Amino acid sequence: MKWVPLGLVRYTFCLGGLSVFFFLLCILTGPFLMMYYIPSVDRAWADVQDLSNVVPFGRFLRNLHRWSGTLMVICVPVHMLRVFLQGAYKPPRQLNWLVGVTLLLLTYLMAFTGYLLPWDNEAYWAATVGMTMGENSPIVGSKGPFSILSQDKDIAYILRGGTMLGQPSLTRFFFAHCVAIPGAMAGLMGLHFFNIHKAGGMSGPL
Amino acid sequence: MGETVAKAEKVVKTTRREALRKGLFWGCWGIFIGFAGMLGISIVRYAYPRIVWEPSSTFKIGKPDDYAVGSVTVMGDRRVFLIRTEGGFYALSAICTHLGCQPIWEQDNQVFMCPCHGGKFYKDGINFAGPPPRPLPRFLMTFAPDGRMMVDKAKEVGLDFILKV
Repeated sequence: MKWVPLGLVRYTFCLGGLSVFFFLLCILTGPFLMMYYIPSVDRAWADVQDLSNVVPFGRFLRNLHRWSGTLMVICVPVHMLRVFLQGAYKPPRQLNWLVGVTLLLLTYLMAFTGYLLPWDNEAYWAATVGMTMGENSPIVGSKGPFSILSQDKDIAYILRGGTMLGQPSLTRFFFAHCVAIPGAMAGLMGLHFFNIHKAGGMSGPL
Repeated sequence: MGETVAKAEKVVKTTRREALRKGLFWGCWGIFIGFAGMLGISIVRYAYPRIVWEPSSTFKIGKPDDYAVGSVTVMGDRRVFLIRTEGGFYALSAICTHLGCQPIWEQDNQVFMCPCHGGKFYKDGINFAGPPPRPLPRFLMTFAPDGRMMVDKAKEVGLDFILKV
């Protein structure tokens, strides 16, 4: 592993590391929140209130999770901006740029699905808007341009687990937020770091 | 010339052991890819529920006399607005045509206003302000044999539809 000469290291080089730090903080605090949160439409909101007001240090852990997630959503695009401005996506790092873009999209999906889990009004209507956007997507959505799938077969139907928002939707968002997306992110992050290593360490200004 | 002959001989010299090894190699890969593909397809299919517990698209809403002339009734669970005019009834979808939020009936201004992005609709469902691209769809209304009215959310009708009473 080669390192960038010390004189070339800038503080902006920390942004990727910061993203990893916030990701790990989320991974650390998330399972503890799961100990008190039940993904049921009747209980989810009450559980979150319980977590914030009754459980010892519940508000602390929840806010740590929430702020880590929020800061990760800020850090990842800024890291991407640094990579773009320094031309660090150029060969031999093209593949890593693609992996990075996928990680960015997954970060946004994490933020979106996490936002829905308290199942308050904000979450419910955010989910409604998100699912309608899915419905109006090209090809995969039933109402979008070039649609080929019917309303009970399109992408929104899979995401909601039905034609309307309800318990199946919350269960799916919970699964996506806690298992599917973090798992995919962990795997892709491993690939991201391996690619950095293969390209000869951190990318310096070109 | 000599080289070509040598090449030809080399091709013929594929031994049984080598063929077996190659067959085994690609066979194993085939089984692996086939299994992974089956797993992938079954997971995608698994995500489509066969049965969903959702309310029926048709429902009864009582008799015409239950509603005052000029009133707008919000049926939140069904996501339908029921409007009584002098001539009769019509049912509007309570799903904003922009991004699917539920518009609010403003009695003072006599308009539907969507809280999410400010879309506005007249009482007849026509969009006139904000981002919505289409009017609110109107649903088919009929009389059930017992004299009560029925709404069918699966069937959309034209903007001039009115259930005469």
